[in-house]
Amino acid sequence: MDIAEKRKLTASSQKKSGKLRGIARKDLFWGYLMIAPLMLGLLIFYIWPVFQTFYFSFTSWGPFGNYQWTGLVNYQHLLSDPTLGQALRNTFIFTVLSVAGSMVVSLFVATLLNRKIRGLVVYRTIYFLPTVTMPAAIAIVWQWLYNGDYGLINYFLSLFSLHGPRWLTDPNIALYSITLIAIWGSIGNNMILFLAGLQSIPSVYYEAASLDGAGPAHKFFRVTLPLLSPTIFFVTVTSLISAFQVFDLIYLLFGTSDVVINSTQTVVYLFYKSAFVDNDKGYAAGIAMFLFVIILIVTIIQLQLQKRWVHYA
Amino acid sequence: MPKSLEITVQATRRSKLLGSVLTHAILIIGGIVFIVPFMWMILTSFKSLSESMLVPPVIFPAILHWSNYASALTTLPFVQFYENTVLMTIGRTVGQLVFCSLAAYAFARIEFPGRNLLFLLTLSVLMIPSYVFLLPQYMIMKNLGWLNSVQALIVPGLFSSFGTFLLRQYFMSLPLELDEAAKIDGANHLQIYWHVILPLVKPALIALAIFTILWSWNDLMWPLVVNSSSDKMTLSVGLATLQGEYFTNFPVLMAGAVLATWPMLLMFICLQRYFVEGIALTGSKG
Repeated sequence: MDIAEKRKLTASSQKKSGKLRGIARKDLFWGYLMIAPLMLGLLIFYIWPVFQTFYFSFTSWGPFGNYQWTGLVNYQHLLSDPTLGQALRNTFIFTVLSVAGSMVVSLFVATLLNRKIRGLVVYRTIYFLPTVTMPAAIAIVWQWLYNGDYGLINYFLSLFSLHGPRWLTDPNIALYSITLIAIWGSIGNNMILFLAGLQSIPSVYYEAASLDGAGPAHKFFRVTLPLLSPTIFFVTVTSLISAFQVFDLIYLLFGTSDVVINSTQTVVYLFYKSAFVDNDKGYAAGIAMFLFVIILIVTIIQLQLQKRWVHYA
Repeated sequence: MPKSLEITVQATRRSKLLGSVLTHAILIIGGIVFIVPFMWMILTSFKSLSESMLVPPVIFPAILHWSNYASALTTLPFVQFYENTVLMTIGRTVGQLVFCSLAAYAFARIEFPGRNLLFLLTLSVLMIPSYVFLLPQYMIMKNLGWLNSVQALIVPGLFSSFGTFLLRQYFMSLPLELDEAAKIDGANHLQIYWHVILPLVKPALIALAIFTILWSWNDLMWPLVVNSSSDKMTLSVGLATLQGEYFTNFPVLMAGAVLATWPMLLMFICLQRYFVEGIALTGSKG
């Protein structure tokens, strides 16, 4: 290769890399320009607030919104507060029962709907109605259905000579009554996720199982469940996170009642009450961080456990 | 056909029929559990107070008591609630569609230094429960003097890490050759985003719009916290207030519930295909 040729080559490669650099600079410009509005919004309203809440959890607030550093006082209070202990207990019972109940029922309904039956759209529409309904309206309607004297549910039970309880005013059962509402309200969403998961299982697996002489139960536990495990995992993680944060139903059904609220209040309700009713924003921030850590731990445990039972095809 | 085979065929047919009858029976009983609360809400909203408290209950009102709707509408500024809720819903939805799709395009289709780190930052917001942001968000509104205003209802909801993630996953599935072809024609990224990519991702945009509309319309805690004066309340908070004022008059409360929920129920029944596809999309891409 003579020098002239070499020079030519270097020149052309320089030209090329120069052009590339131009593209890279343009990409840099457009990339940052296009993410700027979102990133700015997230920084101001979401990312920075996490650090602020963390900071607030070490402060005490005066009546005029002034606050001062008080160290670990809020956390000491947290750990010795019987109300928070009760709220944690309520939240755990509600979360476990509502998530388990909703998943079992919605998986059952989804398998029924997966049989290419007639009227699929009608059933799907009806089961999904609560999901699009405002929680405030759901609370009012169920308060009426659950009414001890004039409610439809106790009337229905009386037809079978059963004496229905005071669903929402008896402190011993109020928590379970709202768990039922929550299950009723979340079946539609989970059912659609399960149905989509079921429909993505190739029918050859079932045909092969049939050839081996597998019955319906065997098919369900050996074919359906393992192949559906990614969907089951997704639904479990998201349902647990949202159930841990239950607020609307508690606020709407028990917010004005002093009697039942102790046996039904959840951690996020307590957060709301501390922050905006009692005006103890430092303590509220402590509660927020505390529940955040619990949710984080539960999610990490699930991510670890999933390696043992979730099969990705 | 040999006789034994004929019998098996008949038996399978019979068991299939039985199975399908059983399936429908279960689904219908379940369906009743789901639809009765809604029927009861509508029926009660037309009853007189004494009619609503009869034991055994009457199913249909003797005459339609529209006065319950009048009571709900006059006790509280419902028209104002509609206006606030609609403005909040439109504001958040338009904002999210614009901001999330712009960012999702950059995250999915432009290579620039720091991209992965910033995307990870966006994702981390998705993992954090919303009440952790609430106090500082409230303080920002308070310091801006925005408590009891429509912009307080809208602003933090303009930005969504969930929406960005959803759209980015969808944008990634489109072939990169589309961009290359447009680049050769001299288009810049904003032009490619607008003319090439956006028209191809309509299903994802519709899904995001539906999620945002639904979430905004039914949102309770944020509007409850920032707007306490009745002329700036949303339907959700208004309904809770109505509950406090009329807590034994269930016909009026039901009328309020019907007034607050019919737009979402109607939207769902008309657009249900998109709802279902949107939810399935979060399940498969999430």
